[in-house]
Amino acid sequence: MSEIPHLLVHEQADNVGVVVVEGLTAGTDMLCCITHDNSTFRLTAGADVPIGHKIALTDLKAGDTATKYGEDIGKIIADIPKGGHVHVHNCKTKRW
Amino acid sequence: MASQYSNLTVQAYRRDNGRVGVRNHVLILPLDDISNAACEAVANNIKGTMAIPHAYGRLQFGEDLELHFRTIIGTGANPNVAAVVVIGIEPGWTQRVVDGIAKTGKPVQGFSIEQNGDLKTIMNASRVAKDFVHYASELQREECAFSDLWISTKCGESDTTTGLGSCPTVGNMYDKLLPEGIYGCFGETSEITGAEHICKARAANEEVGERWYKMWKAYQDDVIFAHQTDDLSDSQPTKGNIEGGLTTIEEKALGNLEKIGRTSRYIDILEPAEEPQSGAGLYFMDSSSAAAECVTLMAAGGYVIHTFPTGQGNVIGNPIVPVIKITANPRTVRTMSEHVDVDVSGILRREKTIDEAGDDLIEMIRRTANGRHTAAEALGHREFSMTKLYRSA
Repeated sequence: MSEIPHLLVHEQADNVGVVVVEGLTAGTDMLCCITHDNSTFRLTAGADVPIGHKIALTDLKAGDTATKYGEDIGKIIADIPKGGHVHVHNCKTKRW
Repeated sequence: MASQYSNLTVQAYRRDNGRVGVRNHVLILPLDDISNAACEAVANNIKGTMAIPHAYGRLQFGEDLELHFRTIIGTGANPNVAAVVVIGIEPGWTQRVVDGIAKTGKPVQGFSIEQNGDLKTIMNASRVAKDFVHYASELQREECAFSDLWISTKCGESDTTTGLGSCPTVGNMYDKLLPEGIYGCFGETSEITGAEHICKARAANEEVGERWYKMWKAYQDDVIFAHQTDDLSDSQPTKGNIEGGLTTIEEKALGNLEKIGRTSRYIDILEPAEEPQSGAGLYFMDSSSAAAECVTLMAAGGYVIHTFPTGQGNVIGNPIVPVIKITANPRTVRTMSEHVDVDVSGILRREKTIDEAGDDLIEMIRRTANGRHTAAEALGHREFSMTKLYRSA
């Protein structure tokens, strides 16, 4: 792949991806890559999101489950638009 | 079946008990906290020795005391150690450590401080330590099979890049080297929470998986839930994890488990600091997720090289075991390069495959086993942190 991806997604079933470049700004037309099968798609970043932090791949509603690695990683506790920043302010563990 | 990894060899130290070490330390080992000063004085007198001071060893009892002895004896018995001077406040428990280490066949001698005082103890112990340095410095490295290595893993200051890059790199190494006959070890019991169904299924058989699940559940009930004062959101994930983008313990656990690769299965469960007894293969050690505690326990279990994936940049080392740092986070590579042994950030740029990164790590393990100092060794990181199960009497 000649262009370096902005966002990596583990599995097709995931609804969040990880920013893998520094200094990502809102409005960036991101190259996104699903590492499991190397397939790509594009998505517009909805916020300035630091490297390592997650972005919603679709509109997420409070009560939804966040899925990464194809697995349940917690519950969405506030609505997040597609392209929005997903972190501790809007996503929480189901464990403790 | 022979693979490209079957004929790999390293230049290392073959010990009397058949185990292979990659370092050749002469340790000045305190039984207890109040013997630290004497040990440090001996290490200062005799060049080429190392004292490893610690905080415990008095008034412990029951399972906690057994763990203390297992950790101290296991550290002295580790094949990376050529010879040991043990110093304790009194002769009884000091001799128990000496006897435990002596089973390996390596030179070991104990000294106790009561009725001698620090100064006489330091003088007597220094003379023996000097003899041990002469002995150790004449030992030669010899060609040993890669499969003689015991390689442990634990990640730290994790972030989302560890699950994408550095942990799968370690997993790829295990998938390639475990079939060749190495011993592997992973642990971090509380950090499997959220991925326990996957971890249970990665046991070699159902009986081992059930035992693993029982152990994990006991940690949850007896340690986490028994002592929690809030929802643990500031401890697991840690503040550093959250800064790095990890949001929940489930997400952290799933990334953590990438360290055991795709095909590897664990064959048995170890108590903290317990030496494996079921032959070559992968083990799970019941252990804290705190980096220095976990690496100390695995070193005491007999592991001679540690592979340590990090995202945000954990700087940990160990006194006797080289800790190889692997990171995929380009910001950590940029800002903390002196701590990084294997840079796998190319995985995030899709310039490097996990398979290639796994080979990079195997090459760094080979070089480290041959004597290359790790970043942590060069920077003087010697964190020796004993796990304590409960308050002393």
